[in-house]
Amino acid sequence: MVNYVIRRVGYGVLILIGVNLFTFVLFFTVNTPDDMARMNIGGKRVSQDAIEKWKVERGYNKPLLWNSSAAGTGKLTQTIFYDRSVQLFALDFGPSDSGRDIGYELRERVGPSLALAIPTFLLGLFVVIVFSLLLVFFRNTYLEFWGFTLAVFMMSISALFYILIGQFLFSKVLKLVPISGFAGGADLFVFLALPIMIGIVSRLGGEALFYRTMFLEEIGRDYVRTARSKGLSETVVLFRHVLRNALLPILTSTVAVLPLLFLGALIMESFFGIPGLGSYTIDAINSQDFAIVRSMVFVGSALYIVGLILTDISYTIADPRIRLS
Amino acid sequence: MPKFVFLATDIVLYLLLVATALDAWHALRTPTLRQTWRVVARDASAMSAAVILGVFLLFALLDSFHFRPLLPTAAGATANTQPAYSTQTLSVLDALLAGPRQAREKTYSVPLATHQYSKESMQVDGKIVREFPRLQFGGAHLKDAAAEWLSDVAARSAIGFVGGALGAAMLWLLVAALRARSTGTGTLQSLRAIWRRTTDVPWRAMLLTASALALFIGWVAALWPVYHVFGTDQTGNDVLFQAIKSVRTAMVIGSLATLATLPFAIVLGILAGYHKGRVDDAIQYLYTVLSSIPSVLLIAAFVLMIQVFMDKNPQLFETGVERADIRLFLLAAILGITGWAGLARLLRAETLKLTELDYVQAARAFGVSDASIMRRHILPNVMHVVLIVAVLDFSGLVLYEAVLSYVGVGVDPATNSFGTMINSSRTELSRDPVVWWNLLAAFAFMVVLVLSLQLFASAVREAFDPRARAFRPHRVHPATGAAPHSGMPAA
Repeated sequence: MVNYVIRRVGYGVLILIGVNLFTFVLFFTVNTPDDMARMNIGGKRVSQDAIEKWKVERGYNKPLLWNSSAAGTGKLTQTIFYDRSVQLFALDFGPSDSGRDIGYELRERVGPSLALAIPTFLLGLFVVIVFSLLLVFFRNTYLEFWGFTLAVFMMSISALFYILIGQFLFSKVLKLVPISGFAGGADLFVFLALPIMIGIVSRLGGEALFYRTMFLEEIGRDYVRTARSKGLSETVVLFRHVLRNALLPILTSTVAVLPLLFLGALIMESFFGIPGLGSYTIDAINSQDFAIVRSMVFVGSALYIVGLILTDISYTIADPRIRLS
Repeated sequence: MPKFVFLATDIVLYLLLVATALDAWHALRTPTLRQTWRVVARDASAMSAAVILGVFLLFALLDSFHFRPLLPTAAGATANTQPAYSTQTLSVLDALLAGPRQAREKTYSVPLATHQYSKESMQVDGKIVREFPRLQFGGAHLKDAAAEWLSDVAARSAIGFVGGALGAAMLWLLVAALRARSTGTGTLQSLRAIWRRTTDVPWRAMLLTASALALFIGWVAALWPVYHVFGTDQTGNDVLFQAIKSVRTAMVIGSLATLATLPFAIVLGILAGYHKGRVDDAIQYLYTVLSSIPSVLLIAAFVLMIQVFMDKNPQLFETGVERADIRLFLLAAILGITGWAGLARLLRAETLKLTELDYVQAARAFGVSDASIMRRHILPNVMHVVLIVAVLDFSGLVLYEAVLSYVGVGVDPATNSFGTMINSSRTELSRDPVVWWNLLAAFAFMVVLVLSLQLFASAVREAFDPRARAFRPHRVHPATGAAPHSGMPAA
């Protein structure tokens, strides 16, 4: 087990190195730092002096991979590659292109992101399971047909509509919650209630259909027939036997998503003005801050890999028949 | 003669259409494929969706033939001066809908309005007053707008609905007559069969859908020439026209991005599954790297890079439309390059299974080369996976485009798309009175498009993946009160 985990972590580090090289190539060699400078300063007629100044301020004036003017190990370390890519592994993100420390921003913003993401995830999981179980419970009736139709319809609506219409309805017309913003303490609930609700509703359709298939697959198994033949009522069969067994694959599949919760919800945070990592990313993309985008790519893929490893481990814990090798 | 312009996305769309036609011809000649598609053709919801998709596709195609109109020759021109072309690239759809396209107001107006949404300072009888000015085009034919508006709209709507109903009735008769000819019965009999749903193909559902569409189109056709049916946006452009133009963008994103994933996914997926070992490890590594990067960030990174490139080389694009089109094309390509991992993983698993089967082993024993085995024996047998994933992903891509446009890495701001429409409506909802029609138009068009795509896709999946068929909901049969399939009744 320990051996296996070590190997998986090693593979994860390899992947992370790949991601790192890939982003480096994409950001520094497809377009040179000069292009970035020109785009950031804006306008076509930017003087070379301004470009040089911009580059010096951000440390982009060093050579990409090999600094022949430096001495000793400096040949390798005084380069953009070392400063901006290798340092990421030490979780040193450096300054953003606008000059602020990215690591500090990440630490500040992870709290609000989690405050939104965790309740959305947990409540969402609960609602989806209940909804899909009800679909299965009422199968072959009109209720199922219309529930199914509703789910397909909800799936066809862009998340943006849910947000826009939700904000309009609950904040502007009914004036129940503020339109956007964020505050600590007791106000937290007031600000987060609507984004959490919309986050759940916008994913309900697609996920309910997915879980419904899972439950239906489970219902065809032998133990369900045995339970029924014992004379157990359908309610007991469904909520005690099927639910418990289907919960296992559901929980192991959600493990992969858990680390990604740290990244926050991109559009949700930006629409509701929550100062989390999602809105940070969007702001960075809009202001074309490549340093932040690079750091977020690194953090995002690191979290994804953690999710992969956790999934593998949770499989073995949940099902002893699977042996890791 | 106007000068024809072939935009990058146009050409790919034509090629795609030709390929689809060839594929359909191939499917018709292959008994197994024909049988499978017949399952799709029997599905009422899928075929109704297909009717709607057909109309959308028609709009998208009309919007994909571009030209630059010839400008009238200048006064002093002789016969051998070079003809001058407009700098504006138009499509056939633009030319057909020239009326609404050119009927540009100053700013917002409510659907079917005769007056502008906001007040303006005007001179009335020598005094300056703040009034709602009359629109330049919307309801311009009315003399006394307040008194005549309701009766005019009602009369035109009635005419439109009657026209639509007539068109729908013709359609019913036409289908019935054609069916009658091929089955050798009378038209009336055929009509009755359609209505009683005894036909093999669900004609009734399709015709009902087509009738609803005909009524809507008739209504629009009667009102659009003199009103803005869905109002106008901030810069006074007709919203309905923009919504129709957005259909092409959505279709291009959906089809091109899917198409762009295929070469990577098919080649790498099959190679990994067939060769195993080192090749498999390398390809798995590649797609794990790609899929570990959050997709929005990956796409954003690519798009930012492209933006830098396009800013650096502005001379490459002759007109604004060409520039916007290249951006759309590249966006679709990026979605493909970043999105092939999922399909490749599925194809790898499927190929792993197939290589163990007897016929592949036999081919190997006969000394057939690896390349031919993959092409002749593996590829045709994984195509159903490709098809299922392609149709399922299509609707997701349409939805994704809106999100990307919001994030700021979507289509060019000059391109009409659902994303840009939704984006602008964000601030409109906080106005007072609310500007709701832009969002409504985007919502209505998008939901209908995505819903149709999803209904069609789920039917295709059920036809090609028999396992999926078990999960379709069944309505209780009204006559017997029992579900058509066996299964425990609910407690």
